[in-house]
Amino acid sequence: MATIKTAVADYLPGLVARPDPKFVTEDGTRVYGVSCEFETAADAYHAAEKVRDAGFKHWDLYSPFPIHGVEEAMGIRRTILPVISFGAAVTGVLCALALQYYTNLVDYTFIVQGKDPRAWEAYIPVTFELGVLFCAFATLGGMLMLNGLPRFHHPLFNNDRFLKTSDDRFVIAIEAEDDKFDPESTPAMLESIGGSEITLIEDDA
Amino acid sequence: MSSIHPDQTTAERLAGLRGDPNAPGPDVRGSTGDDGTLIETPGTRAPLVLSDRSIGEVTDIICGYAESAPPKWWLATITIAASVAGIGQFMILYLIITGVGVWGLNNQVDWAWDITNFVFWIGIGHAGTLISAILCLLKQKWRTAVNRSAEAMTIFAVICAGIFPGIHVGRVWMAWMLFPIPNSNGIWPNFRSPLLWDVFAVSTYATVSLLFWYMGMIPDLATLRDRCDARLRAGVKRAFALPMPVGKDLPLPFLPSPDRVGAFVYGLFAMGWRFSSRHWHRYEAAYLILAGISTPLVLSVHSIVSFDFATSILPGWHTTIFPPYFVAGAIFGGFAMVLLLLIPLRELLPNFKDLLTLRHLENMAKIILLTGMMVGFAYSMEFFIAWYGANEFEFAAFANNRVTPIWLDANGAPYWWAYWAMITCNVLSPQVFWFRKLRQNPLVIWIVALLVTVGMWFERFVIIVTSLHRAFLPGEWHMFYPTWVDILTFVGSCGIFLTLFMLFVKFLPVFAMAELKAVMPEADPHADHEGAH
Repeated sequence: MATIKTAVADYLPGLVARPDPKFVTEDGTRVYGVSCEFETAADAYHAAEKVRDAGFKHWDLYSPFPIHGVEEAMGIRRTILPVISFGAAVTGVLCALALQYYTNLVDYTFIVQGKDPRAWEAYIPVTFELGVLFCAFATLGGMLMLNGLPRFHHPLFNNDRFLKTSDDRFVIAIEAEDDKFDPESTPAMLESIGGSEITLIEDDA
Repeated sequence: MSSIHPDQTTAERLAGLRGDPNAPGPDVRGSTGDDGTLIETPGTRAPLVLSDRSIGEVTDIICGYAESAPPKWWLATITIAASVAGIGQFMILYLIITGVGVWGLNNQVDWAWDITNFVFWIGIGHAGTLISAILCLLKQKWRTAVNRSAEAMTIFAVICAGIFPGIHVGRVWMAWMLFPIPNSNGIWPNFRSPLLWDVFAVSTYATVSLLFWYMGMIPDLATLRDRCDARLRAGVKRAFALPMPVGKDLPLPFLPSPDRVGAFVYGLFAMGWRFSSRHWHRYEAAYLILAGISTPLVLSVHSIVSFDFATSILPGWHTTIFPPYFVAGAIFGGFAMVLLLLIPLRELLPNFKDLLTLRHLENMAKIILLTGMMVGFAYSMEFFIAWYGANEFEFAAFANNRVTPIWLDANGAPYWWAYWAMITCNVLSPQVFWFRKLRQNPLVIWIVALLVTVGMWFERFVIIVTSLHRAFLPGEWHMFYPTWVDILTFVGSCGIFLTLFMLFVKFLPVFAMAELKAVMPEADPHADHEGAH
């Protein structure tokens, strides 16, 4: 529940007040968290394992491409996206069957070429296509929704160096929201696992 | 190695101090020679990216196509292509305001170039989906070099395909009746008609292909966005100048800078993607699901297109082999179009050869050979069944309307040349790929791809027109002669296709950057730091 409230507050700060910041900088700006950089996928992967083992929950590894097996290194649980997609596919199939049943058998029955309109085989192609169509929309929409996108501004973008993650740099960012976050020890921990360019990220939204 | 720190290099490059990152380097490989990817050693995998490119260089190369000033060949091509597309659109307008009588259709041949063009274009689209979906499920890593452009080609081919059934209905303003929309006539479409299946299949295919293409592009659009943003933050000033095919650029200083426009437009479509691993996890799941549903979809679409013919009782159309035969033909024609477009781009765009290697071309040539054999098998099996089925009308449709030249037999086919053009282009020409030297030569591949594209157009023409032009009563026999409107509408659709493809090459990421990086050796999280064991 708290997560949903935070998400709504992120999107519509006028509607839901954001919770008070846990940490602020000297001039009173909310602290988003702290980030560090890695040069290679292998370094970032092994660092992620250490952050996971240190017990952090609100953190992420940013990489220009999906690193193979990073789910395990970060302790990410399987997404429920396939369930959403399957549900949408079933909905599409049922909608298609209902549409065809109502239009061609209930509302306006007609016989073409002497063929029984109740022969179900002829209704399969449209049923299949609508199942696929619904599934595709739900898959893309569900992926974006679960990711909290579209979200055009994010505190991480305040850091000029963060833009390099879309090129060839790997960034680990730990959020101040995390229970284990500490403005003194967390940057030190990031340094100890091999991160460079340790930066405090301000949340100026 | 230079002593410059990589970050300094990047900063200079982003600030525009290092000039065009895509200035063509010395080409050590030549156009047809071995680039090192054609190795046949067992246990050795050919590299997917050449010249020891780093991940950062891959970004620079691919983004460079969208960021650098358009080359003169691009401006010339798009000027011609867009003009041809304009002619095509004028022909469509002329058809709509005058009627389908401006085409050469007659009472007997009531489908001709319109549906030929439709099946031709929709078939071409299938290669893109095959590469993005089926090769993804088969874990074919080489697909990352071609999937983006092949998917783009799919979308544009489906756009061209969609035009023809839309305008051939005659009263175009009634086309909404194809969809189940409640109306004052109280009637509904017939859901048992293959033509209506086609409406659903093609529109679903267009939509799903677009979603798949777009989803694949989200991270790459975010990369382009970040680079525009980085230049803006670094204070790089680039003024807007309209490039001209001839002479100097036309400066338009009152317009916002390209970086500002890019940061906004790419940013809008990138949806705030920030390369989070938690997002990547769901993204990869979504990608796999879309690949999984696109695979049966692509097989269904051309099967349903073939039902338009196969469920009729016309000799030459009424054949159960049509669905697999059409699907194989679609993949065949589609790969030919991919090669037709990418082989010139390999020569024209700098460093393209590092990302699209001879190995990729050879793989696609092998697929052309395989699907060409399948199509050839279908042609012969169709003929065999026409004879073995002992239906004299069906046999006549093949023997008298297609195969036997009219100069050999007075009852022969006036369209013999179309049939034999199809056989020569589709069955004979790919046979050169049995020879390794020939299937490894881009020029030979390009020529065969061109022949296959022509042959696949003739295949649809043969199926449609030769079956229709002679009905059961000889008194109803008519030839089909295309009018100038028929011809220019088809040429115009090629212009529309090429215009869209040229815009794609200039403004969007031509390679799936994130996917390409993920198959590079540096992406392996278990790789040794120094690259040596």
